Amino acid sequence: MKPLCLALREVPAAAVSLVGGKAKALGRLVHAGLPVPQAVCITTATYEQYLDATGLRQRLPLLLERKSFAHMRWEELWDLGLRIRNLFLNTPLPPDLTDHLSACLPPDLIRLPLTVRSSAPVEDSAAASFAGLHDSFVNVHGLPALLDSLRLVWASLWSDRALLYRQELGLDPAGSAMAVLVQELVAGDCSGVAFSRCPGREDLAAIEAVWGLNQGLVDGDIEPDRLLLDPLTGKIIERHTPARTHACRPASTGVALVPLAPEQRKATPLTEATAARVLALLRQAETLFAGPQDLEWTLAQDALLTLQSRPITTSTAALDDGERSWYLSLHRSLASLQGLRRTIEEETLPAMAAEAAHLAAIDLVSLDHAALAAAIRERLRILENWQEQYRQLCIPMAHGIRLFGQVYNDQLRPEDAFAFLDLLAGDTGLLAVERNQALLKLAEMLRNDPALIAHLRKGGQPDPLASFSVALAEFTHRFGDPALASQGMAAGADPLTVLLLEMAEASPVPTRSRQADEAEFLTSFPPEKQDFAREILAIGRASYRLRDNDNLYIGRLSQRLQEARNEAARRLQDADIPELAALVNPAARDTVRIAASPGQDPAVAGFNGLDSTRLQARQLVGQPAGPGLGVGPARVISQAADLGSFKAGEILVCDAVDPNMTFVVPLAAGLVERRGGMLIHGAIIAREYGLACVTGVPDATRLIRSGEMLTVDGYLGLVTIAGQKAPNLNP
Amino acid sequence: MNPTAEQLSIARELCRSQPLAVLATNGGSHPYVNLVAVAVTEDLRTLYFATPRATRKWANLSRDPHISLLMDNRSNQVADFRQAAAATIIGSAFETEHSEREKGLAIYLDKHPHLADFVTAPSCALFKMQVDHIYLVTRFQNVMEFHFTA
Repeated sequence: MKPLCLALREVPAAAVSLVGGKAKALGRLVHAGLPVPQAVCITTATYEQYLDATGLRQRLPLLLERKSFAHMRWEELWDLGLRIRNLFLNTPLPPDLTDHLSACLPPDLIRLPLTVRSSAPVEDSAAASFAGLHDSFVNVHGLPALLDSLRLVWASLWSDRALLYRQELGLDPAGSAMAVLVQELVAGDCSGVAFSRCPGREDLAAIEAVWGLNQGLVDGDIEPDRLLLDPLTGKIIERHTPARTHACRPASTGVALVPLAPEQRKATPLTEATAARVLALLRQAETLFAGPQDLEWTLAQDALLTLQSRPITTSTAALDDGERSWYLSLHRSLASLQGLRRTIEEETLPAMAAEAAHLAAIDLVSLDHAALAAAIRERLRILENWQEQYRQLCIPMAHGIRLFGQVYNDQLRPEDAFAFLDLLAGDTGLLAVERNQALLKLAEMLRNDPALIAHLRKGGQPDPLASFSVALAEFTHRFGDPALASQGMAAGADPLTVLLLEMAEASPVPTRSRQADEAEFLTSFPPEKQDFAREILAIGRASYRLRDNDNLYIGRLSQRLQEARNEAARRLQDADIPELAALVNPAARDTVRIAASPGQDPAVAGFNGLDSTRLQARQLVGQPAGPGLGVGPARVISQAADLGSFKAGEILVCDAVDPNMTFVVPLAAGLVERRGGMLIHGAIIAREYGLACVTGVPDATRLIRSGEMLTVDGYLGLVTIAGQKAPNLNP
Repeated sequence: MNPTAEQLSIARELCRSQPLAVLATNGGSHPYVNLVAVAVTEDLRTLYFATPRATRKWANLSRDPHISLLMDNRSNQVADFRQAAAATIIGSAFETEHSEREKGLAIYLDKHPHLADFVTAPSCALFKMQVDHIYLVTRFQNVMEFHFTA
């Protein structure tokens, strides 16, 4: 039987598949006589036994194989990572395994403050570095906390970042395993990293150092002192001195950023003497491992210890292209998100609103053809500019939801990994919901006035001075005309009136009551951490609100462009005006669906040419994004004009919905969306209304036809197509 | 072990160990078959399986509770003709409710703990099959019938 746990001195003889790269390297350092903190390695055998004994080995594929891994969007990867993390959080080690493991762990070590680090077999090899992709936990006290951290390190094998990286390297996640290194936490006076070849300047070595623990440097929260040196002579070639403000130090549990004392702000943690010792250590490691090394060190009471050493790889840099690094940049710290929130709320959104208002004031009808053409081009430029701002600022802001979700799940460990969304929705301020509520009020006015309904049904116009007309004008002033925002609505008919008539005669769903329990969340923290809990909740809520509202701000700019195009289209009906004709048909690039993933689902490619009459989907698997069961005829929205014919009780089926399109949601019996993710607008709005919602259904709008009876199972993430007849689901 | 006891032992081993079975429901003009995850009680007289309510098999079952299932241990090798065992299980199935559902859930989840999210979803029905007969086929054509009804 494979050992559950090995002392570091036993590690070099063990297979890397049992102990992982990090532990293997530390074991070799111990054999070579280099000082490292005392540590043990919990082997992959423990991980394997845990998976077998808890049934996670069967449960993980059920989550992983819902959708082809290669077809997942970033967001879906994050959702998947969160679901898996929650599964590990809620699945304790079986008592037998706990007993066996505890018996192997040295009691003298377990009594100390600990660092719990990943040591996956594939990480830290010469071919692939997983640096920073798996989690580490610093300053862990006692066996129960150690076992908790152990499971979280295991879970990080399945984080979005790790899944993405494996996908890029072509590694099968199902074959992955994780060993874990349990090290004594050495509270060094100063710590750092060192590279025997500096990335980008490979003729030089680089050493970085901070006061206190390494964690602040590794996480990017503290800027280090940095030296570039000649690797042979040790001569200092360059020194970078940052503004030193904080150190990362052990708190009661975990670590905290603590302001530096004035004398440490002035003094470098990286003296020439320390640099010389670190460089000597680096050379020894390079000789031992026969290749350039990336080494973490700490200096405690004048003893220089190696925390880890791994080969410098080129694959990391090669894979670090624009898209991936942009995605990884979405993992923001609380402080960074707070700054981003201020920028978006105080600068970006007001500027967008002002720009839209300025454009709205321009009288398009009075412009000559050349000026109208210029106006269209200008509006397109403005829209594209703000869409880029949206990508740079607003999408990263959405990480606030993720950060909050992870903190919430760690703290309360709910069964539903997305229960935290209820707490975010408790303080909505969602413009899309406010807009929909205003629509409901207008419909209520109509419902109370049967004569007006009859008049409008005959194609009549309401009296401009009647209270309904005044309220309608107020609505369009505040929210714009939803039909116009969605562009391309049929000319002639007034889609807003059609929608209101439908709403007046149906019973649209109200927003649901919530189960949010803010107090439970806040009081689950010890008093000294409740301020942190409030801050993280506030950023989560701001992020949730902004994620939706910013789309509507973009929508207003999109409307201004559409108005100009509509004016051009009107003129083209009467005359051939070449300078306008080319500008009327909107290019795909300025569609309002800016939040959609780049490109269509790859599943769609190759679909063309297949005789569609031979292919009939019966049941499609997506992600359960809004719990509930909805039954009704499908309304497939291929273009915005389709929204005008939406009827109460239908299931909204679309490719990618944004807030500018969801004014029909209160009429819907359920939502199905091709684009995947729990935090996309469709899922958020479905939760607001308590509607069954399934997202991430590949090819949804091609495989489902309007009029087909659908059952949307928002519990299991299934969409069942029952032909033209409604199934009777009552037992 | 006498031949009858041996056959009973094979039937029990087969029904208790196999995670999946082929379920046949009355599909109107044709029998309708699916793979389902099953859990069989120790006495082989009760079998549980689950299905979402929007499926064809659920619709078929709501019209006609008479079903059969096939459970087998084949490995898709030539040796199967001599070594594989197959049990045709015949009876009636009804959706469970209340305490009967709780009892069935415990048996089902004991066999398939990884299907907890699936079977406990409000849209998923848990069926209890009262087994009337099991026809056990071994050694290619040796057929033994077990009749549980009076």
